[in-house]
Amino acid sequence: MKILVGIKRVIDYNVRIRVKSDGSGVETDGVKMSINPFDEIALEEALRIREAGNADEVIVVSLGGNECQQQLRTGLAMGADRAIQVDSAESLQPLTIARAFLKLVEKEQAGLVMLGKQAIDGDNSQTAQMLAALWGRPQATFASAVELSGNKAMVTREVDAGLERIEVDLPAVISVDLRLNEPRFVKLPDIMKAKRKPLEVIPVEDLGVAPENDLQFTSHTPPPVREKGIMVEDAAQLVAELKTRGLL
Amino acid sequence: MSNILIIAEHDGQNLNPSTAKCAQCATAIGLPFDIAVLGSSIADVAGQAATIAGTGTVYAVDAAHLGDPLAANHAQEVVAMASGYSHILGPSTTFGRDLMPRIAALLGVNQVTDISAVEGSHHFKRPIYAGNAVVDVVAPEAVTVVATVRVASWKAVDGSGSAAIESRPAAEAAVTHSRYIDLQSGGGERPDLQTASRVISGGRAMGSKENFDLIYSLADLIGAGTGASRAAVDAGFCPNDMQVGQTGKIIAPDLYIAFGISGAIQHVTGIKDAGTIVAVNKDADAPIFEIADIGLAADLFNVIPEMKQLLG
Repeated sequence: MKILVGIKRVIDYNVRIRVKSDGSGVETDGVKMSINPFDEIALEEALRIREAGNADEVIVVSLGGNECQQQLRTGLAMGADRAIQVDSAESLQPLTIARAFLKLVEKEQAGLVMLGKQAIDGDNSQTAQMLAALWGRPQATFASAVELSGNKAMVTREVDAGLERIEVDLPAVISVDLRLNEPRFVKLPDIMKAKRKPLEVIPVEDLGVAPENDLQFTSHTPPPVREKGIMVEDAAQLVAELKTRGLL
Repeated sequence: MSNILIIAEHDGQNLNPSTAKCAQCATAIGLPFDIAVLGSSIADVAGQAATIAGTGTVYAVDAAHLGDPLAANHAQEVVAMASGYSHILGPSTTFGRDLMPRIAALLGVNQVTDISAVEGSHHFKRPIYAGNAVVDVVAPEAVTVVATVRVASWKAVDGSGSAAIESRPAAEAAVTHSRYIDLQSGGGERPDLQTASRVISGGRAMGSKENFDLIYSLADLIGAGTGASRAAVDAGFCPNDMQVGQTGKIIAPDLYIAFGISGAIQHVTGIKDAGTIVAVNKDADAPIFEIADIGLAADLFNVIPEMKQLLG
């Protein structure tokens, strides 16, 4: 079985986000970029599935310009067997990304697609569900445990009410949550080895997918700031202050 | 025709307050709205939905296979009833986040995520980058708008309505590729975190699962819901459904009290809309004090017992 893993290049989660003064987006010049943390967890899980003998090949996929090859190389260094960059000059919206993924799924005859439950830039949480819909296959979103047995996967999902379990037939799409695993650290020899692993570049047009960026993002603004309030000295003052404000 | 369809969230017995919040967003968009309740034996839930003020019609789609919360089944039902609607709205809870993109893809549109404000019928505001930026999104008028409503940004509309209820059978057969197994709920009798007017949270500094009893006992004293930082959940101090933040729950209680939470941006994004934020932390330099309305730099293991005594 082949597993496709989606990897998105995003601003590193430790970077303080600054909105550009002209409102056209957020500052990315000279900013550290990384693999979306959720995608790293998806890749780790795929590698573990392969290492347990339940998959033959793990393929990392990213959509974007050549700069996303950096993240694909990191994915290869973590242990993915090969990489595909779907080359696109413009930034693509989730429906187009899902359509491109579907083409790759068909091309590679993948048995499982693993994605992060959301990317920490757009916070959309859409691609996995959209891919599953277009593919007509199961979706198991927000996974915190995945158990494969034969042609089925038992997935524990982190939902608002607690932990939900669903069983899905493969092929399927799984989107992963934070507590699924802790991704491995990349070792130096693996980085060297990754340079020799295959990385294929496919223009998005060659997949027969036309960008449908139908949502327009017209303006970015910084969020309203919460002002720093007052400090109290002890529990008694705190309770008194809350009572004065009618909160207790 | 230009109408809004709201997808109701419920657990089979009770309508989730997120539905009335979606109705508030629909009211802001300014078009007539209907509510779809999908499930099994849902007469009661449909009745509750009918009380949401401003509702046109409640469509109760009742079928055994809709009793399980499988997005694949629910999405195809919604698509079957989508024609004639200009907007389809669902909540930004895990229920809506699972379901709505599947509906959007089946309808061939991108989804507008987490609407926090309405500027026009197809012009919305939403937070991105964990709330570090707000973006204006304009959706095309020629296609259906499928969107999730950021529930923490909207107040529930009142329950003074009495809409007509129309029952209909499911249009589609159940999918066979997915099976619901069970739900293990971490929560007890406390108020629901996402709708509680008061929330008390603990962070990594709580130190252990046992010490979280301090949070629970104080919460019970003032009728609060309980939450936690990601660090506390990761450490196994409390169940995942208590996590507040970018990747957990986004909440907007009147009063939020954080004990031993440093205030990582990913946590703060989950509480930004709270009425009053109180922070108690030993570390006077903790970033949470920058956004707290009331701060107390002190040891929570002294403060909580003292508060309990003062309030008991």
